[in-house]
Amino acid sequence: MPTLIFEKQSYQRNPDETVLDCLLRHGVSVPHACRNGVCQSCLMRSTDSDPPAPAQHGLKDSLRQQRYFLACTCAPEGDFAATLSGPVLIQLPARVISVEKLTRRIARVRLNPEGAFDYRAGQFINLARGDCLTRPYSIASLPYTEDFLELHVARHEQGRMSRWIHDELQPGNELAVSTPLGECCYRPEHPEQPLLLVGTGCGLAPLYGVIRDALHHGHTGPIWLYHGSRDREGLYLVEELRGLAREHDTFNYVPCLDSPAAGEADFTARRAHEAALARHTDMKGWRVFLCGHPEMVNQTKMKTYLAGAALADIHADPFYLTAL
Amino acid sequence: MTQSLYEQLGGEPAVNAAVDIFYRKMLADNRVNRFFEGVDMDRQAGKQKAFLTMVFGGPANYTGKDMYEGHKHLIKMGLNDSHVDAVIENLGNTLKELGVKDELIAQVAALANSVRDDVLGRGH
Ligand SMILES: Cc1cc2nc3c(=O)[nH]c(=O)nc-3n(C[C@H](O)[C@H](O)[C@H](O)COP(=O)(O)OP(=O)(O)OC[C@H]3O[C@@H](n4cnc5c(N)ncnc54)[C@H](O)[C@@H]3O)c2cc1C
Ligand code: HEM
Ligand code: FES
Repeated sequence: MPTLIFEKQSYQRNPDETVLDCLLRHGVSVPHACRNGVCQSCLMRSTDSDPPAPAQHGLKDSLRQQRYFLACTCAPEGDFAATLSGPVLIQLPARVISVEKLTRRIARVRLNPEGAFDYRAGQFINLARGDCLTRPYSIASLPYTEDFLELHVARHEQGRMSRWIHDELQPGNELAVSTPLGECCYRPEHPEQPLLLVGTGCGLAPLYGVIRDALHHGHTGPIWLYHGSRDREGLYLVEELRGLAREHDTFNYVPCLDSPAAGEADFTARRAHEAALARHTDMKGWRVFLCGHPEMVNQTKMKTYLAGAALADIHADPFYLTAL
Repeated sequence: MTQSLYEQLGGEPAVNAAVDIFYRKMLADNRVNRFFEGVDMDRQAGKQKAFLTMVFGGPANYTGKDMYEGHKHLIKMGLNDSHVDAVIENLGNTLKELGVKDELIAQVAALANSVRDDVLGRGH
């Protein structure tokens, strides 16, 4: 059985077991959230050998060179040594400005990070509570017109972080935010390129940033936003988005409900990604942004690619939940 | 001085241009797409790049044994000659779409064909 050395302690690791699974199985508490190589909250550094390539997928070159890797996707062949020490991801204190319910299920949280905080619209941060409980949340604000960091948080009935945010978080409380991560961002080089954005629930958060960033940069190509939810509680900022669509001829907003009730006739009665794929059958040359439910994101990534979008033009942020 | 096949095809930029088209054809082809299910798309596209670099005669250091090891689990799923034929067909159509000359396409197909036995585990 291979040995894992973590912070100078040895642990027996099952063959094929990831570093994260091994540590959790031995009762070692280490930061983690998505367990799918997306959120980077399980970042560690190898102390003696180069980590396997798949465990460095998505990391910046500078981190790769310093042998950083993601513990949740790292299953090395033999013995392996890792540490959490070193300047991993910078954590900045951030004070809560407001917590506001947009619907019963969605809260808008505004934060004021201490010091300079550079980010691009559409990125995400890892948000940490005092006891180190950490979860990734996408950024909905714009760096150059808004002096706060805005997050949209969906309440999960049994969710450790999201329920606490909804029920207990108060203005003035202090949290910590990581360096911004992710590539779900607008790029101004091709202003004429058609954009498709599909989000479910709080998958709207990064898209809300991306759309406003695109419009701010004078994007001339058509922009299509499909926002879906199973019910009205998961659709939010509807009036703001309708207003934006009235102001900008190029921006089309399609709010979707799985099964609209009476009086909800102005919503498309279809899942957001299905409505999008039915209307846009030739995606050649499009840029695509997909955020929210992992199954929707991964399926739609495949389908938009098969419909002609280039892989490099598809940005996907699956919101993986932390496995129990 | 004669250029290598890889250089004549256009090197890495040509591989990058081909990956997108080739992988799309493979996923849309019902004869072979079941072998590509359930794997992360970006990672899978990376493997397609390795495949194309190899059959373009580019810098790839795979041995016959690597090819056998890499496809062993697919043989268990029923991988056979007809699937290699389908791969070579999709490869040819990809290159045609990119405007590559027939003569070069034939060389690429021959390179792919040369590892057929390793991929199918014959002789291992
Ligand atoms: C890149 C990325 C970006 C993200 N962006 C956002 C965003 O912008 N907005 C957003 O809201 N979310 C986002 N998420 C998801 C977010 O990180 C959290 O996973 C989510 O808020 C749930 O965390 P939690 O601590 O509340 O739930 P957890 O405690 O981690 O629980 C996970 C799930 O299990 C259920 N559960 C927990 N305990 C029990 C139990 N005892 N019995 C039964 N069920 C249980 C919970 O209800 C929940 O559904 C993102 C995720 C990723 C990976
Ligand atoms: C024609 C000769 C072929 C060559 C030269 C070839 C070459 C390669 C190469 C270089 C890799 C990447 C290996 C790695 O880096 O891990 C690979 C992986 C793969 N090949 Fe092939 N291949 C051939 C035929 C086929 C066929 C016929 C199929 C199935 C229809 C197939 C399916 C796959 C799959 C699914 C993978 C990824 C396996 C994984 O996920 O680890 N290949 N191949
Ligand atoms: S990247 Fe490892 S837990 Fe998210």
